[in-house]
Amino acid sequence: MKSAIIQLPGLNRDRDMIAALTRISGKAPVTVWQTETELPDVDLVVIPGGFSYGDYLRCGAIAARMPVMQAVAEKARQGVLIMGVCNGFQVLVEMGLLPGALMRNASLKFVCREVKLEVTNANTAFTRGYQPGQIIRCPVAHHDGNYFADAETLKRIEGEGQVAFRYAEGTNPNGSVNDIAGIVSDSGNVLGMMPHPENLIEAAHGGDDGRALFAGIRGKAA
Amino acid sequence: MIKARVTVTLKNGVLDPQGKAIEGALDALGFADVGSVRQGKVFDLEIEGADRAKAESDLNAMCEKLLANTVIEDYTVSIT
Repeated sequence: MKSAIIQLPGLNRDRDMIAALTRISGKAPVTVWQTETELPDVDLVVIPGGFSYGDYLRCGAIAARMPVMQAVAEKARQGVLIMGVCNGFQVLVEMGLLPGALMRNASLKFVCREVKLEVTNANTAFTRGYQPGQIIRCPVAHHDGNYFADAETLKRIEGEGQVAFRYAEGTNPNGSVNDIAGIVSDSGNVLGMMPHPENLIEAAHGGDDGRALFAGIRGKAA
Repeated sequence: MIKARVTVTLKNGVLDPQGKAIEGALDALGFADVGSVRQGKVFDLEIEGADRAKAESDLNAMCEKLLANTVIEDYTVSIT
């Protein structure tokens, strides 16, 4: 699998994501700076976590308007897999590639802890490494992960199986509606999730529940 | 030079945990009559030129494209 990773000022989880992609796919991702207007021919484009532009205005709002994001949107239209984690998820909703919005945590506190996730839909390009309904461990670290969508949108994404991950066993850390932790686009090729699967991929992390997500993504050539 | 103020507020029905926290703090200060608080944002802009109609249409476009997230927020534009 060939991948690319978007880099912007203020992101801080890009190196973790590069390490995860390199170890699991066997190939280092191409790094692409925010001012680029074209992306290489890859199977997966990742927008990693962090605090792009200091979370000014709204989390991910300014990053979403950078030149490279037009290229990301074009890849999404072509059906290339796009994955946004944490700040990357916030960028994808700000771009309109995913429905809804991510608001301040209901507790108003930054949360940095481990949660349990239910693999709500194991039949997506990103979750096929898991069993339906499987409960996995995953770290979270965010201040604005409180997923919101209006009632009509919520009904649609629930009905269409667009909820990929849900916080399970009472571990919802942010008050998100329906315990939503990650969603896919209606076309299925764009995933946004607040938790960090890239931070739980080997024994040194204390577990490897995040590994199957990356391992399950199949490249065109793979 | 045209001066304008853009006000961005949360749509009705969108929970506002920050507003709730402020409401609690006002109550703690003894302002017992405060029914509810909703937090928003204000942007003051200076726009070159004197074409108010163009400024207004540009300001609306700025709100749609960047200043507001219309999934959760409403905006108003006022030119002074």
